[in-house]
Amino acid sequence: MLTALLIGFPLFAALLVFFSKGTMARNLALTSSVIEFVISLIALYVFKNTPDSGLLVFDCVWVQSLGIHFSVGIDALSILMILLTTFLVPLIILSSYKNSYANSHNFYGLILVMQMALVGVFSANDGFLFYVFWELALIPIYFICLMWGGENRGAITFKFFVYTLFGSLFMLVGLIYLYNHTYIDGLKSWAIQDLYNAGRSLNAGQQGILFWLIFIAFAIKMPIFPFHTWQPDTYVNAPTQGTMLLSGIMLKMGTFGVIKWLLPIVPLGLEKWGGTAIGLSVIGIVYASCIAIVQKDFKRLIAYSSIAHVGLISAGILSANQQGIQGALMQMLAHGVNVVGLFFIADILLQHTGTREIEKLGGIRGMNGNFAVLFLIVVLGSVALPLTNGFVGEFLLINGVYQFSAILAAFAGLTIILGAVYMLRSYQNIMLGERRDSNITFGPLASTEKAVLIIVCIVIVAFGVYPKPLNDIAEEATRTILTVMK
Amino acid sequence: MKGLLIISGLGILAMLAEIFKFKKLLLPIVLLGIVSAFVLNYFEWKTGMSFQYFDNMISFDKPAIAFSGIILATAFFWFILANDYFEEESNLVDHFALVLFALVGALMLTSFKNMTTLFLGIEIMSIPLYVLAASKKNDMRSNEAGFKYLIMGSFASAFLLFGIALIYGASGSFDIMVIRQYISAHVNDMPMFFYVGVVMMLVAMCFKVSAAPFHFWAPDVYEGSPTLITALMSTVVKTAAFAAFLRLFLIGFAEVSEVWTGILAAVVALSLIIANFSAAMQTSVKRMLAYSSISHAGFMLMVIMANVRSNMSLDAIIYYSLAYSIGSITSFGILYNVTRKGNETIDAFNGLSKRNPFLAICMTISMLSLAGIPITAGFFAKYYVFTTVIGTHYQWLLILAVITSAVGAYYYLKVIIAMYFKEQEEQDSVVMEGSNKFVIILTTAVTLIIGLAPGMIAEMFKF
Repeated sequence: MLTALLIGFPLFAALLVFFSKGTMARNLALTSSVIEFVISLIALYVFKNTPDSGLLVFDCVWVQSLGIHFSVGIDALSILMILLTTFLVPLIILSSYKNSYANSHNFYGLILVMQMALVGVFSANDGFLFYVFWELALIPIYFICLMWGGENRGAITFKFFVYTLFGSLFMLVGLIYLYNHTYIDGLKSWAIQDLYNAGRSLNAGQQGILFWLIFIAFAIKMPIFPFHTWQPDTYVNAPTQGTMLLSGIMLKMGTFGVIKWLLPIVPLGLEKWGGTAIGLSVIGIVYASCIAIVQKDFKRLIAYSSIAHVGLISAGILSANQQGIQGALMQMLAHGVNVVGLFFIADILLQHTGTREIEKLGGIRGMNGNFAVLFLIVVLGSVALPLTNGFVGEFLLINGVYQFSAILAAFAGLTIILGAVYMLRSYQNIMLGERRDSNITFGPLASTEKAVLIIVCIVIVAFGVYPKPLNDIAEEATRTILTVMK
Repeated sequence: MKGLLIISGLGILAMLAEIFKFKKLLLPIVLLGIVSAFVLNYFEWKTGMSFQYFDNMISFDKPAIAFSGIILATAFFWFILANDYFEEESNLVDHFALVLFALVGALMLTSFKNMTTLFLGIEIMSIPLYVLAASKKNDMRSNEAGFKYLIMGSFASAFLLFGIALIYGASGSFDIMVIRQYISAHVNDMPMFFYVGVVMMLVAMCFKVSAAPFHFWAPDVYEGSPTLITALMSTVVKTAAFAAFLRLFLIGFAEVSEVWTGILAAVVALSLIIANFSAAMQTSVKRMLAYSSISHAGFMLMVIMANVRSNMSLDAIIYYSLAYSIGSITSFGILYNVTRKGNETIDAFNGLSKRNPFLAICMTISMLSLAGIPITAGFFAKYYVFTTVIGTHYQWLLILAVITSAVGAYYYLKVIIAMYFKEQEEQDSVVMEGSNKFVIILTTAVTLIIGLAPGMIAEMFKF
């Protein structure tokens, strides 16, 4: 019931927002997203204390003849992702308070529709429903990028849309193939458990094909090498809040999908092709890190760094052991928060100085010390310094990949070194040293900007120092998945 | 059958309207007639029986009634949309009569049981359309379209007739059930010319549904004809031609399917590739929709192919026809209203979201539906096709369909991008009649409703 509420409430709020105006719209959006966060905390409470109470699952028949159910539920895996979503959306809305968007009611309405679809993706227990929410999440973000994006947005959002649709259709074919193998009393079923069973009943060859059909959709969304070419352009051109949604949450749809909708379905396929896929992920890590080093635009740098981080997450998941998946989950949460912080900082730089070019900036610390401190914390979180939230996940991830292959782990480990190189160097260039362009000034931060950054920094430090609560849930989620896989 | 009679009666009535001077009343009468035909059709459906007429030359069985229902519903929307188009024309009653007779042909095509009724149906449907395509008589392109359509149509009819003659020569009958029995009785000693006949009929039917490589007339004819006539061609005519295709090949020639499924697979592959890539290159929206209709023909043919092997129910193709017809009516209706000034390129849609947000939203939904994005009807249509094909030998076609679908999304999105992203040059808003608005709202709503609750339709058409 709570899950249905978590999906229905943002949709209801979005309708209200679509029909309101100006500042009213954004206040309404912020309020409703905060309420949504509170609901998800209640869900967390219920999950922790009475997980079997039935409050968390909702199931009703959607299309009888095809065996499609509107079936949603919360388990350890989805509660983490839902918390991440409901936590980030209010932040993302708050971060837009200084920007003024034309037709802002549509903008905020679309963000809330997006939230609905994301929660749906993370809680769906029916293959068909999962696919519908998966596609549904694409539409609002497409319009957000199209209508409020930067220069040349038409062509770029287009590429993004066609890429992801392409992947999705392959996934649809894969899922239908799977569905055709679920015979229970002469009826076919879309229920996740039946799909798991159907997948495991296939032979290695079929599972191998299925692996690629489904994996391509996830790989494009994350994105990992060589499916990443849409990503840097889209991230740079989307409006800041769109980029935050894309990188903070939507990217996790891909990694989440691999954990919940790929690993348990095709264990044999994974055995056959997992190595190749990890290889691609690791290539992505090294390649993206190297490109990030030479970037001039700070936002583009973050976009490439995101490819590198996701490559590591995906390698960890595909190595399919306790440390790998658990680390991936922790890193997904950490990356979500950090990348939102980083993109917001890129936006603040643009708003205050008029440029994001690393070479033109310099000496901002002298103009605004508070900002420098907050920025530094986010950077440290992103390079995974111990006692920040990035550390726990990265440590477990490298550990997990090492169990799969020491050589791959060595290459994957480069992300730490290269990450430190480009992040610290860009921090140094932007914040420290002398001012390079005397026209550039940097005034005090607005209260909403401060609020967002402080919240992000608190989370970075708090979960770096005491990751246990989240880690416990992640461990449980990982154990469940690994048990299903056996 | 009663529907068929009512529509024929309406056609004759329309011709009398000029003489007895009730031109003004004609539209309401026609709409009322179509509604009553639809209702009677529905009652026939409810009985669950099949009705034979004229020595079993026409048979209204369940699939026939279902397709008739789709055709009548589409025609109803079309007449409301065409309301003001007719007012602009001086010879209005002729238009009415021609469209109604085309409709009669279409209904015959859904229900034929005999090669003669098939041929009659095709001619009754096509001849009025040749005239209608050329009905803007001062417009060169319209004349060209009519002429081209006539020549190519006659060509296809000749193929059809020759095919019928060869099959008659072998089997000694025009009745498709008798032909079927003949095939199963003479599996091993059928004359070569029987197969030639089947292939010739296949060519003729592929021409009628405008599948590649017999599609060359379609873009020119669709583009040259008045927009609303194009809408008629891509909905009513297409649905009827498909119903005929389905009956002929799944009932008549199912037993020799190995002869024609291979050819059909090639036709589907060509349709998907040529249509989608050509559509992506068009600047005229009308031409783009023409190519897109070729690609949808490819999708529907895929179901026919798969049906032979896996013997799935017909609900997939009926759902597809419905989703496609409704989506087309919306998009052509909007196209008609947006391009009244004569500019049919994609630029006509520039900035429509500011000029007329309502139209922009409806167009977005219909484009997303044609592209096959969830919670619209088009998505389930694609879904059904995929499920039908996935168990067969034609999985390579499925992969091709996925790839070309992504190309398809490209050109549908082009319209959306123009509406939301490009700036308009002129500031005028789009004026449209209340009746047109009504149709567009209704068809958009249907697109969403059958997209959200496809079960409703699927349950209904389980045979």
